[in-house]
Amino acid sequence: MNSKTAPEIQATIQFRNVTYSIDRSHSGSQSRAIVDDISFDVSHGETLILLGRSGSGKTTLLRLINNLVVPTGGQVVVEGRATSQWDPIRLRRNIGYVIQEAGLFPHFTVAQNVGLVPTLEGWDSTRISSRTAEMLLLVGLDPGEFAARRPHELSGGQRQRVGVARALAADPPILLMDEPFGALDPVTRAELQREFSALARRLGKTIVFVTHDVREALLLGSRIVLLQSGRIVATAPPDQFLQIEQPEVRAFAASLVPVPGASA
Amino acid sequence: MSPSTFFVEHRAEILEATLAHLSLVVVAMLIAVAIGVPLGMFVVQRPALRNIALGIASVFQTIPSLALFGFLIPIPFIGGIGRRTAIVALVLYALLPILRNTYVGLSSIDPAVLQAAEAMGMTNAQILCRVRFPLALAFILAGIRTATIITIGVATIAAAIGAGGLGTFIFRGVAMVSDAVILAGAIPAAVLAIVADILLGWLERRLRVA
Repeated sequence: MNSKTAPEIQATIQFRNVTYSIDRSHSGSQSRAIVDDISFDVSHGETLILLGRSGSGKTTLLRLINNLVVPTGGQVVVEGRATSQWDPIRLRRNIGYVIQEAGLFPHFTVAQNVGLVPTLEGWDSTRISSRTAEMLLLVGLDPGEFAARRPHELSGGQRQRVGVARALAADPPILLMDEPFGALDPVTRAELQREFSALARRLGKTIVFVTHDVREALLLGSRIVLLQSGRIVATAPPDQFLQIEQPEVRAFAASLVPVPGASA
Repeated sequence: MSPSTFFVEHRAEILEATLAHLSLVVVAMLIAVAIGVPLGMFVVQRPALRNIALGIASVFQTIPSLALFGFLIPIPFIGGIGRRTAIVALVLYALLPILRNTYVGLSSIDPAVLQAAEAMGMTNAQILCRVRFPLALAFILAGIRTATIITIGVATIAAAIGAGGLGTFIFRGVAMVSDAVILAGAIPAAVLAIVADILLGWLERRLRVA
């Protein structure tokens, strides 16, 4: 870890009074803040969950980290350096990114998808293919069976596994995940969540994970940040989160009430 | 004279005209692709330019072909009588389908794929060459296929300005009121169009990403 510019804390990602607003002055109304003066740190090796309803600003917050969105106020610091100081291409290759529906390249094979960042980084082909095979095994796919397939020949769960393998291929220290399991059926989702939480612990990556599913947040997070209308309304580790007396936390807690007749 | 006797007696002449026709089409298509595809790639992220380019290309498409050939004759350098003028007119006709399909193909890609490409640290040039272009290729080829078929048809009219090709027979046949002579131009032109359609259609299906 380089700590030249961040002497006081070893935070991998820091949000310092970050605001992101869309300028709507041309349409006559005020500019609207999607992210409103947010500050928080993500420490090395933790899985931070950004929880919130649709439109709470959680995805924007994620996209601020790899400079897909540029803050209109404040700064995002990644590994001691503001994102505005990073070459965006270098920054993004240093950060794995997994999205809903995986976003796999349909004209590439599974192996080519997984090996994309290493290819862009100019690794030699033997190293790429061994790394690709290693990554596929890591996410539970047999390289012999899957490497040569195209994304359309995979199930939703398999595609999402390939998406995770692709994000991890160049061994980035940071992983951003935007509702990666959101489009899966409940059984497959639970399966991937279990495997992913084991994987996350083992790999020691710094992970920022966006979800609207409080169950998923409690299961995977080492810390949960709850967002509402572009602001943080609660922060707590999973075992304390549900005790917080805050209306939005209560609203999410209420969504956990078991169905009548269910044994758990 | 029956068409079949005419065909047999003039087979060398018909073959020569067919090759001349084909060469008009091939040259015009190569130029149209060389202009249309890069232009489509260039305007895809520039809405103002895109509208201008598509607008101009559409205008050419609406001009009746005989009129367009006529308009080009008095223009210096590109105009006059003969092959060169005909090729210019054919290029102008072929441009719209190629340009439009290139643009549509490049802009109708799943946003999640483009977002992933950007998030993984691909440069704009890499996204264009390795993601957008290969994914748009079947679309672009469909445009080239349409343009080729239009060009084979329009090229028959090029004979009116002395460019040769299969149109020579058609115009001669009309003047002579001879079905046999007209068919000697029309049938090979139709065969060319059908063969081009089949070959390019096959290529398009091979390049399509499931």
